[in-house]
Amino acid sequence: MVQLTLPKNSQMKQGKTWDKPTGSNLREFRIYRWNPDGDGNPQVDTYHVDMDDCGPMVLDALIWIKSNIDPTLTFRRSCREGICGSCAMNIDGTNTLACTKGMEEIDGDVKIYPLPHLPVVKDLVPDLTNFYAQHRSIEPWLKTTTPSPEKEWKQSEADREKLDGLYECILCACCSTSCPSYWWNGDRYLGPAVLLQSYRWLIDSRDEATGERLDDLEDPFRLYRCHTIMNCAQACPKGLNPAKAIAEIKKMMVERRV
Amino acid sequence: MSMRTPLKTIRYLGSAKDGTSHFWQQRLTAVANVPLVIGFVILVIMLSGATHAEFVATAGSPLGAVFLIAAVLSVTWHMRLGMQVVIEDYIHSEGLKIVLILGNTFFTAAIALVSVFSILKLSFGG
Repeated sequence: MVQLTLPKNSQMKQGKTWDKPTGSNLREFRIYRWNPDGDGNPQVDTYHVDMDDCGPMVLDALIWIKSNIDPTLTFRRSCREGICGSCAMNIDGTNTLACTKGMEEIDGDVKIYPLPHLPVVKDLVPDLTNFYAQHRSIEPWLKTTTPSPEKEWKQSEADREKLDGLYECILCACCSTSCPSYWWNGDRYLGPAVLLQSYRWLIDSRDEATGERLDDLEDPFRLYRCHTIMNCAQACPKGLNPAKAIAEIKKMMVERRV
Repeated sequence: MSMRTPLKTIRYLGSAKDGTSHFWQQRLTAVANVPLVIGFVILVIMLSGATHAEFVATAGSPLGAVFLIAAVLSVTWHMRLGMQVVIEDYIHSEGLKIVLILGNTFFTAAIALVSVFSILKLSFGG
């Protein structure tokens, strides 16, 4: 059966409340903590951030906490401008990027957890091994049989436009880890991010492996676990619509039969 | 700890090369169910308060019986497909999953057979 309750060693406990910094404009943060070194359960620690000394984004606050209160707080970050996807986490109940999520958008305490339903490496760092292997499995590169032209593979402007809304995906995994179908069957269902990436190659006018790609996707679990729940489109921090891409793949599947 | 590579785990047994027929049949029966279920509800309202003889005359008429049999077949087939998806979604023990999928098919077949037999009995008497 699907596991609807957390196992005992994963149940969250009340954690430490760290000393308040000086300053009059403080904001409370409640952040998931788990350390693999030891037998402790995950816990939610409480921090206070001096908003007069901190940038406007949630990532600014995390960096502020790491620099000023608790250097052991662990999270991924790199570009701080929504293009690398490293700082994907669950903020205020929605998967998003800490670097593009403004603290002004959140009412009350800021609650931060790792992306849901993935193994946790430490604190806010999830294990994305499975997710990356799924991306690798769809062979996300141009596949052709025709010998390569001397210069580039040509593409009309109209065909190039078909990649808009797809190529922008940064593989942050916000969508896939917001999808209940991916939670229950993430070992076999490819999930919204990987299927959007797959559609990006299916719709590419230069790619000659469309049929093989569809063959590989035609499976009750790989593709058809999508039940149009639409959490993916709601979560995507880049404003993309993976559910629509999946629907387009299903249309292609039907189109080649009728 | 598994010594398999992540790609080996993800590729698993490969693609089933199937799933579209299930998807298509689910949509087909969903579309068919719209007029059939609306018609069924209208028929039930029309026949509320009818005598047994009036009910048999309407439901057992060629048009009534064919309509009812179509509704039963479309709804039960749709029910079987939908329940299969629910089982595949939530049941992860392979043994239990197979038992439930078989049970789902047998249960649906039983409902369909009993319903169709009842309609035919109304139609042909006996």
